[in-house]
Amino acid sequence: MLRFVLRRLALMVPVLVGLSILLFAWVRALPGDPARALLGQRATPEGIARVNELYGFEEPLLQQYLTYVKALLTGDFGRSIKTGQPVVESFIEKFPGTVELGLTALLLAVVVGVPLGYYAARHQGRTLDTFIVSGSLVGVVTPVFFLAILLKLVFADWLDVLPTSLRQDARMDATHITNFYVLDGIMTQEWDAAWNAAVHLVLPAVALGTIPLAIIVRITRAAVADVLNEDYVRTAASKGLASQVVSRRHVLRNALLPVVTTIGLQAGLLFSGAVLTETVFAWNGIGKYLFEAIGQRDYPVLQGYILFIAVIYALINLAVDVAYGVIDPRVRVQ
Amino acid sequence: MTIPLPPAEPTGDLLVPLDDEPGVGLWRAAWRRLRRNPTAIVGAAIVGLFVLVAIAAPLLTPYQPGTAQWSGQVTPSSVPGPSDAHWLGLDRFGSDLATQMLYGARQSLLYGIVATAIGLVLGTALGVLAGGAASVGGRVGGWIDNLVMRLVDIMLSVPSLLLAVSIAAVLGQNPYAVMIAIGVAQVPIFARLLRGSMLAQGRSDYVLAASALGLRRRRIVMGHVLPNSLGPTIVQATLNLATAIIEVAALSFLGLGQPDPAVAEWGRMLVAAQDRFQVAPLLAILPGAAIAITALGFTLFGEALREALDPRSRR
Repeated sequence: MLRFVLRRLALMVPVLVGLSILLFAWVRALPGDPARALLGQRATPEGIARVNELYGFEEPLLQQYLTYVKALLTGDFGRSIKTGQPVVESFIEKFPGTVELGLTALLLAVVVGVPLGYYAARHQGRTLDTFIVSGSLVGVVTPVFFLAILLKLVFADWLDVLPTSLRQDARMDATHITNFYVLDGIMTQEWDAAWNAAVHLVLPAVALGTIPLAIIVRITRAAVADVLNEDYVRTAASKGLASQVVSRRHVLRNALLPVVTTIGLQAGLLFSGAVLTETVFAWNGIGKYLFEAIGQRDYPVLQGYILFIAVIYALINLAVDVAYGVIDPRVRVQ
Repeated sequence: MTIPLPPAEPTGDLLVPLDDEPGVGLWRAAWRRLRRNPTAIVGAAIVGLFVLVAIAAPLLTPYQPGTAQWSGQVTPSSVPGPSDAHWLGLDRFGSDLATQMLYGARQSLLYGIVATAIGLVLGTALGVLAGGAASVGGRVGGWIDNLVMRLVDIMLSVPSLLLAVSIAAVLGQNPYAVMIAIGVAQVPIFARLLRGSMLAQGRSDYVLAASALGLRRRRIVMGHVLPNSLGPTIVQATLNLATAIIEVAALSFLGLGQPDPAVAEWGRMLVAAQDRFQVAPLLAILPGAAIAITALGFTLFGEALREALDPRSRR
């Protein structure tokens, strides 16, 4: 298993090198010269000269790339053009927000989605199955930003029961240790802060979790339906095993493989920043920050964040592959 | 040692299809299954209606989109609702809402189709290159396959919406930027899918038979493997139309879409509706629902097509 993990980590290297080349080329492919692109429309000749010197834009391309990679390897991802904050620092500050939201959304999707899919597969053709299947279809095709707007309209404007922006009330004077607000509240025993942060999570998590939920329902239903037709399930039932044992050990475990793949893929998407959801709910995470960086043409931030996201994405995929080994003994043997 | 060949036997009648079991091609059989599948019919009806509206938009409304002709009637606290002149009312800028919706269908259809076509063409090219190279084999073949697939891996290492957003940022704000950005973001999906199904087809019996007949490897790959591998790609293209239409709206929603305010676009209508939400929720609900229903149509049809093309579902 260790060798497998190491080999997969080694395989990430060429992808990341390729991506770094693309990102490097990307900033240089922007309309106009890079210094002007970095400084924006109000660039003065002195400013351009200074940026050119600072970033070495006048040097040969290969030299520039090597300097860029050398900086990356020492953990220097540059600074934001707008705020001057080091890219790594802002990422560490904002990533917990994205993880908190993504994890809640994923939890919702899995906890609700797997049982619903399982139930639907076991009761194929019944009314509730039809209802679940149509509901999941609607969930898949509803744009997340539309759903977010609808949730805001119903729960905030009409019912006025849930907050629709930020991660915590601005007036809340809470202590932040980890930047996971709910966790911080629990750690410092500031219960009102923890509760406040949790309430702020509800609408964004529902909006963000709906598509993964719908996808998980569909995959679970299909996987369970496939397994139910297998000979070994009939054998297990006919040799007199309790139906709960058959469900748990024979059906669910075998149906889990595609479900875990889907959950992993969705996790990768959720943790890489829910640009749309975070923007609609003014959620302070990497997605919203990325979107702002695009608007401001803050290229060091974009380059750094996209690299980080690619690494996270790859690591989650690796974790999914490792999970296969745990769930499916056949994979372990190979 | 040579094995004496058995005397030639007349095998002619073995080749004549039996009356009760007529030979039916994959696509004809798929079409037959599609016609009987209610999911396919509903999907096709939605898609058909959408296409019809998109094409006939100028005939369905007397007004032009994005004119803001009646902006005098719109105030921050009220947006005129349905009336005889405007059967869905006005939008927040004072244009006829029904006209905006109808012309919006045009934009979605155009952008969705062009973007998916870009993804399909480039992705298929890469997929054929990799899958073909791998099937033909040899050191060069393996090398090409490896190179192409690493490129695809790099593209897949960034989530597709983020990839589209990054590309759109490079191309600047113009109508083509959105199509290219969303299209390119779809390339790795098609490339990987086609390569995968080409490799799977390469192991089937008819390929073995063709090479036993002495056909050249290249001819087998291009003439037999490729046509048989296209099914999943076509299904994926139908499903991707749904995603593309949603992503076009998403890019508009993020302010990276079509820059011309005179062009009606569902995603941008949704953005504009946000600050009049409590006064006129219909302004947001209509475009949002239109995006969802259109995507639903393509998804239903695509899934029915997948089922119809799946040999396992043949009865």
